[in-house]
Amino acid sequence: MITKLTHVNVWVINQDSAYDFYTNKLGFKVKLDLPMGQDGRWLTVTPPGQPDLELVLFPVSRSVFSGETIDSLKHLVQSGTFGVAVLTCDDIFATYEELSAKGVEFSKPPTKEFYGTEAIFKDDSGNWYSLAQLT
Amino acid sequence: MEGPQYPKMYLYRRLVQAKLFIDTHYAEPIDLDAIADEAAFSKFHFIKQFKHIYRKTPHQYLIAVRVEKAMQLLNDGLPVTEVCYSVGFESLGSFSSLFKRVTGITPSTYLARQQALKAHQASAPLNYIPGCFAEKKGWLKK
Repeated sequence: MITKLTHVNVWVINQDSAYDFYTNKLGFKVKLDLPMGQDGRWLTVTPPGQPDLELVLFPVSRSVFSGETIDSLKHLVQSGTFGVAVLTCDDIFATYEELSAKGVEFSKPPTKEFYGTEAIFKDDSGNWYSLAQLT
Repeated sequence: MEGPQYPKMYLYRRLVQAKLFIDTHYAEPIDLDAIADEAAFSKFHFIKQFKHIYRKTPHQYLIAVRVEKAMQLLNDGLPVTEVCYSVGFESLGSFSSLFKRVTGITPSTYLARQQALKAHQASAPLNYIPGCFAEKKGWLKK
């Protein structure tokens, strides 16, 4: 019986840049940052208030894919093909103002929808997230 | 993209600026009255609105940020005394008691646990990641 979601894979273009974006801009916490193998790095972060769900910031790199696949995947990530997740917050206007002040790029400002208020932003690689206040 | 318009936008912006001020100046002696003045609020109104958004008073939030930053510095292995003054506490006693109130353990116990955890992670990193990822990346090969 499946009980929990523990790890979500997020393709990133550059792990150093992703580290900065997810910690200093989004306020996520680093769970693990370990060197692996020859040139690998296992980097995971957790949303504030949810320490048992790890986002694996996985680089699009040659150690996993062939050159052609890397080029294709990088293009898809950078062009905003992938929506990763819905993040919720207590106050979407305050969160929107704070992230905007930190330079996070929104493609949709807080907008009332039938399920709550939603905004959409993208990370430093191009992955997009929905930011929602559901009440 | 044109900026959004929503009720009390000016209020949100001032409160967020006050919060970001605390986020960046937590290590200095922060005068919360001055922040309220800067945000053009009466102190009472400022505290009330801040708490409404962040679920903590500005003072409670400042303490939380200092403890959070202290945890990060202890994770990096810095000594407790250095961490205490680096995050803006003026005495080791108040730092230790506030840290314990928030985390449940003293800073020195926290430091010792983190150091032990880091040593174990460094000696056996594959114990901390899902095997499927390690296999895919070839990290399991000898």
